[in-house]
Amino acid sequence: MKKEIIIAGFGGQGVLSMGKILAYAGLLEGKEVTWMPAYGPEQRGGTANVTVILSDQRISAPMLQVYDIAVVLNQPSMDKFEPRVKPGGVLIYDSNGMTRKPTRTDINVYCIDATDKASEMGAQKTFNMIVLGGLLKIDPMVAIDKVMLGLKKSLPERHHKLLPANEKAMGIGAEIIRKTA
Amino acid sequence: MEEVKLMKGNEAIAHAAIRYGCDGYFGYPITPQSEVMETLMDEAPWNTTGMVVLQAESEVAAINMVYGGAGCGKRVMTSSSSPGMSLKQEGISYLAGAELPCLLVNVMRGGPGLGTIQPSQADYFQSVKGGGHGDYKLITLAPSSVQEMADFVGKAFELAFKYRNPALILSDGIIGQMMEKVILPPFQPRRTNEEVRKECPWGTMGKTDDRTYNVITSLALEADVMEATNRRLQAKYRQIEENETLFEAINCDDADYVYVAFGSSARLCGDAMEMARRNGVKVGVLRPITLWPFPTKEIERLAKRVKGFMVVELSAGQMVEDVRLAVNGCVPVEFHGRTGGSVPSSEEIWDVTQQKLIKK
Amino acid sequence: MTTKEIINPANLVYDKTSILTDNVMHYCPGCSHGVVHKLIAEVIEEMGIQNKTVGVAPVGCAVFAYNYLNIDWQEAAHGRAPALATAINRLLPENVVFTYQGDGDLAAIGTAETIHACNRGENIAIFFINNAIYGMTGGQMAPTTLVGMKTATCPTGREPHLNGYPIRISNLLAELDGTCYVTRQSVHKLAAVRKAKRAIQKAFENVIAKKGTSVVEIVSTCNSGWKMTPHQSNLWMEENMFPLYPLGDLKDR
Repeated sequence: MKKEIIIAGFGGQGVLSMGKILAYAGLLEGKEVTWMPAYGPEQRGGTANVTVILSDQRISAPMLQVYDIAVVLNQPSMDKFEPRVKPGGVLIYDSNGMTRKPTRTDINVYCIDATDKASEMGAQKTFNMIVLGGLLKIDPMVAIDKVMLGLKKSLPERHHKLLPANEKAMGIGAEIIRKTA
Repeated sequence: MEEVKLMKGNEAIAHAAIRYGCDGYFGYPITPQSEVMETLMDEAPWNTTGMVVLQAESEVAAINMVYGGAGCGKRVMTSSSSPGMSLKQEGISYLAGAELPCLLVNVMRGGPGLGTIQPSQADYFQSVKGGGHGDYKLITLAPSSVQEMADFVGKAFELAFKYRNPALILSDGIIGQMMEKVILPPFQPRRTNEEVRKECPWGTMGKTDDRTYNVITSLALEADVMEATNRRLQAKYRQIEENETLFEAINCDDADYVYVAFGSSARLCGDAMEMARRNGVKVGVLRPITLWPFPTKEIERLAKRVKGFMVVELSAGQMVEDVRLAVNGCVPVEFHGRTGGSVPSSEEIWDVTQQKLIKK
Repeated sequence: MTTKEIINPANLVYDKTSILTDNVMHYCPGCSHGVVHKLIAEVIEEMGIQNKTVGVAPVGCAVFAYNYLNIDWQEAAHGRAPALATAINRLLPENVVFTYQGDGDLAAIGTAETIHACNRGENIAIFFINNAIYGMTGGQMAPTTLVGMKTATCPTGREPHLNGYPIRISNLLAELDGTCYVTRQSVHKLAAVRKAKRAIQKAFENVIAKKGTSVVEIVSTCNSGWKMTPHQSNLWMEENMFPLYPLGDLKDR
C-alpha cells in the first residue's frame, strides 16, 4: 500500500496541520510516512500545501509531481494540482470561493462544502477536520481512532477539551462529502 | 524502547543535541532551519540538562561563540542555512586552524546571494573544499532522512572530538522541513567539568597548578612553525580519510549503471532506480554519507565494472567533479542537476539517465 | 656592601607578579600595553583568581597578550573577542572572563559583538586600549582617530566628510542597560596608573559578583604610530585626546 497525497489551500486553513494529523495516524498504524510542506513566506496568508505519503515500504522521494489524491481548498490550488492527479485518482475540493469546477473526467471528483458547514456550525477552526473526515470517508487509509489518538498526542493537554468537537467535525465531513464526477 | 516520533529534520537536530549531552547552542535565525533554535528554546534544556542556548546577534557572533565554547572543551554547536554559513566561514577557518571540535549544521537553500529559501545542495564546494581561507577540511556528513539528522548529531560530535576538528552536518531544506518517523537517542548526561578537563586537557577552563597555561590560537607568524602546523593538520586529514569514510550502496552489486547522489538527491534517485529496475535496467545508488572524506575508493572500485555513473545534485554540478576524479575517465560520468530551489522528479531523473547515459 | 647583602628578601621593595611570564614583551618602548598587562596581572594575583581567569586576546598589537600572562587564553578572530567571552562565560559561569581589545578590534570590526555582549550584560570585563590608531598593521586610521590627526590611511589628517568622526564608544556602551561599570582611565602618570589599577580590580569584582559587563577604557599612546617620543606622546595625549575622551567614570552601578 502506498498513498501519495497533496493537501493545498490558503495559509490559515489548517492545511499543514491536517497533513500532520494524517501522517501521525499513519505512523500509529505502523506505516512509513513523510510530510513535506511547501515552506516559506507563503505560509503567511498565501497558498500553503503539504505532501503526505503513507506506505508499507521505505519512502524515497518526499516531493512528487503526481498524486493519488489531491485535496484542494482554493482556486490556485485547484488550478495547480488538478492536472497532477494520477488517472483514476481522487480530487477533493471545497466549492467555497471557487470560480470554476474541475474539468477532468478520468479521475474521481468529490466536493465537500466544509467552509460553509464550519461557519454554519460556528466552528471555523474545525474546518480542516471536516475535510479530513471527508477524505477518510472516500479513502479510509487510516482508522478514525488512530486519527483521534494522533490528534491527542500532537495537541497540548490544555487543548484536549477540543477533541470531541474535532471528532464530531470528522463525522460531519464524512456525511457531507459528495461525488460530483 | 524509545517511542517512534514524527518530527521535522530540524526539530530532530535540536532534540538529538540535548540528548547527546550538548553543552551549548549558538545561532541566528534563518529559513529553512530556524526550527532548530525554536525547538531548543521551547525545550528549555537549561532547566534540565544545563545546556546553554543563545540567540546571537549575527552568524558571525554565533560561530565565534562556538569557538569560545569549543576552546573550553565543551560540546557546542551552531546551525544555519547557506547565506548564514557564508558569514560563518571566517570562524570555521579559525576553528579548523585552532583544531577545535564542534558541530556545524547547514540546512542548504538556493543561491547565490540571498537566493531562495527553497532546498539546494549548492554548498558542496563550500563545505568540502574549504569555504574559508587556508588548507583545512571539515568532516562533512550528509543525512538523507530525519532519522539520520538525529543520529548524525552524535556521530559528528564523536568524530569532532576524536580528531579535534569541526564536523558539519550538510543537509537541505527538504530534509530540514520534512517530517518523518524518528527514534531519538537515549539521554546521555552532559560531561561534568572534571570529565571535560580529562577529555580535553587542552581546554581553557582555567589553569590548574599541575600544568602550564593553555592557549587556544591559530596564529603562528613564523613560516616554519606554521608549515609544521599545516603538516600536522594534513597528516590528521589523511588519517580521517583512511578511517572514517562512510557510504550506502543500494543494489550496486549487480548494477550496470550507478547513481551517485547525497542527501535528498539520493532519495530522488532511489525512486528513479526502482523505475529503471522495473524497465529491466540494472541500476544502483551509491550514496556518500561522508562528503569529506569522500568515498573515492568505492567509486574507483565500481568504475572497474559498471558501464557508467549518473550524478544527481541540487546544484549546477559540484560533487560530480569528485566523482570524475575518482572514476578517472574509466567510464562515462554524466550529470543532472536542478538549481535555485527546483527539485527534479524521479521520472525526470530516469528520463535524463536514459538519454544521457544508457541510450548513448 | 656586597651584592649578596643587597639582594636579600628584607630589602625587597618591589617584586614582579608571578602572573607575568618571563617572555620579553614585543611592545615598543613607551607603549601603554605593557603597563596595562602588568596591572591586570597584579590584580589577578592579588585577588587570587589565576586558576579561574580566562583571557581573550584580540587581533592588533595585543594579539600576543597570551604570551605574557600566566593564565588560560583564547586568541580571537579580529573583533570577535566579546563573542568568545560570551560563550566561555555562559558555559563556565564560575570562571572570570575578560577580553583585551584595541580600538580597531572593539570599535570598528567588532562593534556589533561589543555592543551586543554589553547589551546582554555578559558577566565579563572588557579592557579597551584606545590609542586612536592601528598599531600592529602600521599606523592606519582607527575609529577613534581624532579629526585632523594624520595616519597612513588619512595622510593629510582625518576629515569628517571623508572618514566620519571619532567614536566615543564607551559613552555609547554606558547607555546600555547591560553594562554595570564603564570608566575611562589612562596610565601615563603614576597617579593615573594607580587609578587604572583600581578600575581593573573593580571590573573583576563585578564579574565575580555577576553584576553585568564592565568596560575599562584606557586612553593610551602609540608613540611609534604617532611618530613621537614617549614623552611627547604623553603630552600630546593630554592635550588632544583627553578633551575628546575625558577621564573618569561614565557609569558605576
